[in-house]
Amino acid sequence: MSGVLPPHDPYAAGEVASPAKATDVALGGGSTAPVGVDWSPDALLIEHRSTWKEVWIRFRRDKFAVGGLVVVILLILMAIFAPWLAPHDPTVQYDEGLTMQGMPVGSSSQFWLGTDTLGRDLLSRLIYGARVSLVIGVLANGFALVLGVIFGLTAGYFRGWIETLLMRMTDVMMAFPIYLFAIALVSVLKPSLWILVLVIGIVYWTPMTRVIHGEVLSIREKEFVDAARLTGCTNARLLYRHILPHLVAPVIVYISLGIATTILFESTLSYIGLGVQPPTPSWGQMISEGQPYYLSAPHLVIYPGLMIMITVLAFNLVGDGLRDAFDPQQRRR
Amino acid sequence: MMLAGVYTPPAMGVTTSRLLDITDLSVEFASMEGTVHAVDHVSFAVAPGELVGLVGESGCGKSVTATAILGLTRMLANATVSGRIDFQDRDLLALPESEVRKVRGKEIAMIFQDPVTSLNPVLSIERLMTEGIELHLGLSHEDAVARAIDMLQKVGIPKAAERIKDYPHQFSGGMRQRVMIAIALSCNPKLLLADEPTTALDVTIQAQILRLMKQLSREYDAAVIVITHDLGVVAGMCRRILVMYAGRIVEEGPAKPLFHHPHHPYTVGLLKSVPRLDRPRSDELESIEGLPPDLSHLPPGCSFAPRCWLATDECWQTPPKLFVTGDGRRSACFHRDKLIDLAAAEVTA
Amino acid sequence: MNAVDAVRPADGRGDTLVTVDDLAVHFPITSGIVFRHKIGAVRAVDGLSFTVKRGETLGLVGESGCGKSTTGRAILQLIRPTTGRVLYEGADLAHLRGGALRRQRRRMQMIFQDPYASLNSRMTVADIVGEPLLVHRMLDRSGRRDRVRELLQTVGINPNTLNRYPHEFSGGQRQRIGIARALAVEPNFIVCDEPISALDVSIRAQIINLLQELQRDFGLTYLFIAHDLSVVRHISDRVAVMYLGRIVELAENAVLYGEPMHPYTQALLSAVPIPDPEAEEHRRAVVLQGDVPSPADPPPGCHFHTRCPAMQEGHCDLESPALKEVRPGHFAACHLINAGDYPRIRAGENDLAVVAGSPAEGGAVAAVSDVASEELEMGSSE
Repeated sequence: MSGVLPPHDPYAAGEVASPAKATDVALGGGSTAPVGVDWSPDALLIEHRSTWKEVWIRFRRDKFAVGGLVVVILLILMAIFAPWLAPHDPTVQYDEGLTMQGMPVGSSSQFWLGTDTLGRDLLSRLIYGARVSLVIGVLANGFALVLGVIFGLTAGYFRGWIETLLMRMTDVMMAFPIYLFAIALVSVLKPSLWILVLVIGIVYWTPMTRVIHGEVLSIREKEFVDAARLTGCTNARLLYRHILPHLVAPVIVYISLGIATTILFESTLSYIGLGVQPPTPSWGQMISEGQPYYLSAPHLVIYPGLMIMITVLAFNLVGDGLRDAFDPQQRRR
Repeated sequence: MMLAGVYTPPAMGVTTSRLLDITDLSVEFASMEGTVHAVDHVSFAVAPGELVGLVGESGCGKSVTATAILGLTRMLANATVSGRIDFQDRDLLALPESEVRKVRGKEIAMIFQDPVTSLNPVLSIERLMTEGIELHLGLSHEDAVARAIDMLQKVGIPKAAERIKDYPHQFSGGMRQRVMIAIALSCNPKLLLADEPTTALDVTIQAQILRLMKQLSREYDAAVIVITHDLGVVAGMCRRILVMYAGRIVEEGPAKPLFHHPHHPYTVGLLKSVPRLDRPRSDELESIEGLPPDLSHLPPGCSFAPRCWLATDECWQTPPKLFVTGDGRRSACFHRDKLIDLAAAEVTA
Repeated sequence: MNAVDAVRPADGRGDTLVTVDDLAVHFPITSGIVFRHKIGAVRAVDGLSFTVKRGETLGLVGESGCGKSTTGRAILQLIRPTTGRVLYEGADLAHLRGGALRRQRRRMQMIFQDPYASLNSRMTVADIVGEPLLVHRMLDRSGRRDRVRELLQTVGINPNTLNRYPHEFSGGQRQRIGIARALAVEPNFIVCDEPISALDVSIRAQIINLLQELQRDFGLTYLFIAHDLSVVRHISDRVAVMYLGRIVELAENAVLYGEPMHPYTQALLSAVPIPDPEAEEHRRAVVLQGDVPSPADPPPGCHFHTRCPAMQEGHCDLESPALKEVRPGHFAACHLINAGDYPRIRAGENDLAVVAGSPAEGGAVAAVSDVASEELEMGSSE
């Protein structure tokens, strides 16, 4: 066969089911379809609705997930607009923030939630603390995602010895006591926000790699990947155009759950003094500082504790909701 | 040519001679696209020991009908069921779940399409079989095992006494379907629902299974409803055929006349579109144009009208009832007479 | 014996487009976690040789697990053959890599079984059908768009739907889109892998007619893989029957369906249900004993001997029969076919009792040969 396929009109030829034909036959038989209603095959197309829209419709039905999303959005707004929302500078130590005995004051009209042991405004510190938690949550997961995609995709797509090597490496990493590993890393490097992102990212790339590896294994067996290979796609195009887009849904779910875990992890590290360094406020660090006073000034521990709990819960609810929304069949209820 | 008279299902007369009597059954599902009319005012009856074929494409409502007969629609979220399903003169839709449970598995048993997923892989065949026998027939475990082995032998499992200890994965596809038939028949059911019983099987195994089902139905005097998309499967097995399209029964009748002279254009199209080994090869298949309708947006009139070469104004506007067209035959078509005349002309010619 | 020579058409009509020579695909069964080692192999395809002539439709039938789909994929190099050659216009594909293979793939395409899995759900119809044009740099952007519209028109899809996603179409329409994608690179050879078995009954005839029409219009060559013998008869010029990784019989359509020689083909054809109660009453299906053995552990000798009513002990169960030309253009792999004589299989007085005992399960072999002698009459052909 040479050249371009000759133009061909199957509708005219009448061998192919065509919208025109179905109606023509009906009309030819002396009938009229009800005015304004089209029962041709084209009209029978399932109404256009994108996958994302359907996901949103399903997500919206889950009241807990929507609640979680609202909280997450509020937290993000709070982090972004912290300078405007916070009534005080979170690092300034106010003289009137301490009692004569040097104890933190309780809630007052000046300090709504009271002050901490150095006389700083607790509310302002909580608001700024959201920045640290979210920045670390997002960046650390982003870092883990990059590593996870590179390793998971390579292992799952190319198989063979490279898969064995990468996945065994992942298994070894997962067998490490991750807290000890992180503590060791942080104590060698000087603790800072960026080091924290790096450390948490390194710790969390392994489960991400596993998730992506598993997904790639199932996607690459699908017929559309074979079809793409047959049309002459290169490996790069196959990965980018045919496999990556199908990873978006599971990765979004995993990240929303992962952020909750990383925020907890950051709090733990900050609590033991290996996290964000003072005076930058972080919730974990605030609990740590307030701990000696948990009897005399329990609000020092309670408020940051509550913030961590609410944030983690909100992200978990969103993650669960997304998982159900993306995959209605796997609902476990 | 229209035959006068009231529709008489083959087993009518005394009410008790009807095993299953479905009246005006409708099943609707609420979905994001709107209400899905999965089963739309379906009525039919089955006599004791009768072999009935329920034929239609995917989404025509044949499997949902089976689900409703088993009383399982009540467990589905978003499902609305109306009408009556009288089984041995009791309306299954009105019975409480505890009563239906006594019927399901004992009086009415089911054979599924896929013997791989419908047999619990972590239970041995012994557990799978005796559970129902003990529950429904009240036998002791020893008696139940003896009965199970007996059933396995009946369905042609070699060395049944040994193999009863095995797990489903140790059987081949055909053997698993035999096990399923043994389980289904183990409590002497009066009605057996077989949903695409051979679709997952190879053609040589399919012949074995169909033969087995036909023979056992006679032996146990159980009525069988074979639900399938394959006209060939029911042709050799069923005495009476029901054809469903878009949630409605469009044609009903005894197998032979129905296959030879269908009274509904959909049945005509379906039979013509399948190549047959016993006919000379044709250059082109006569296909039914267009697509089956979306069950949530059914046409106001006959749901086959958009694909039908006989459709007229009337068809687009009013949904046709099932008209009596002959001895035990019904057709939901306003133009059934054209098809009947066509058949008559063919016979004289 | 050179298998390729054996299957070369004797009459020379229609030159050869694709030659499959001693093709085998073995999937390793591995064990071990860190160091995987092979403990066995599934012999999905076990030494196939046949040719596909330009412009014809070669039907490839067999039951599930017989290796017919693997054969199709191995020909297109989606699965690399373990051994053997696949010649396309004389050039061996099995050794092509990278760019050379990609260029060769313009000539051969595939139509897949599952219209839901074979289209990328994240791409629009325009992207799906236009991708082959893009990767082969065949046209510019606007040229591609016109061509996609033309292709959609050809397969009976409204060209105005090209910005829609696959999930908005029904199964039959998706299959048409898959066909348009296959046609985009103007291939000569298309492997149709069960293209209608996932479709609704009333849609199947539409797709079959479309495939035949496209073949006429564009001079396509098909390898049509299916388990439905009636459909294969309708569409094929020649038919090959596979059993457990091997071809057991290959002949012109009318010959194979008119006078099948291999016992397996005979049994298979007798088991096909006919949608006619009258016809069903007057014919008896030959019920084969037992089940198809596992391709991981195929029986020695003729793979079919465990179920064959004509099996001769000490011969069929030891020696593997070669595919030989038993009559001009008619190939069969059976020891019992000699000079046009062949075992004729028919249904005996055996209902459940025979179905129950399989020689594969042991013990029943003697009984089977009794039955076989009843069922069997050796006769010469007309």
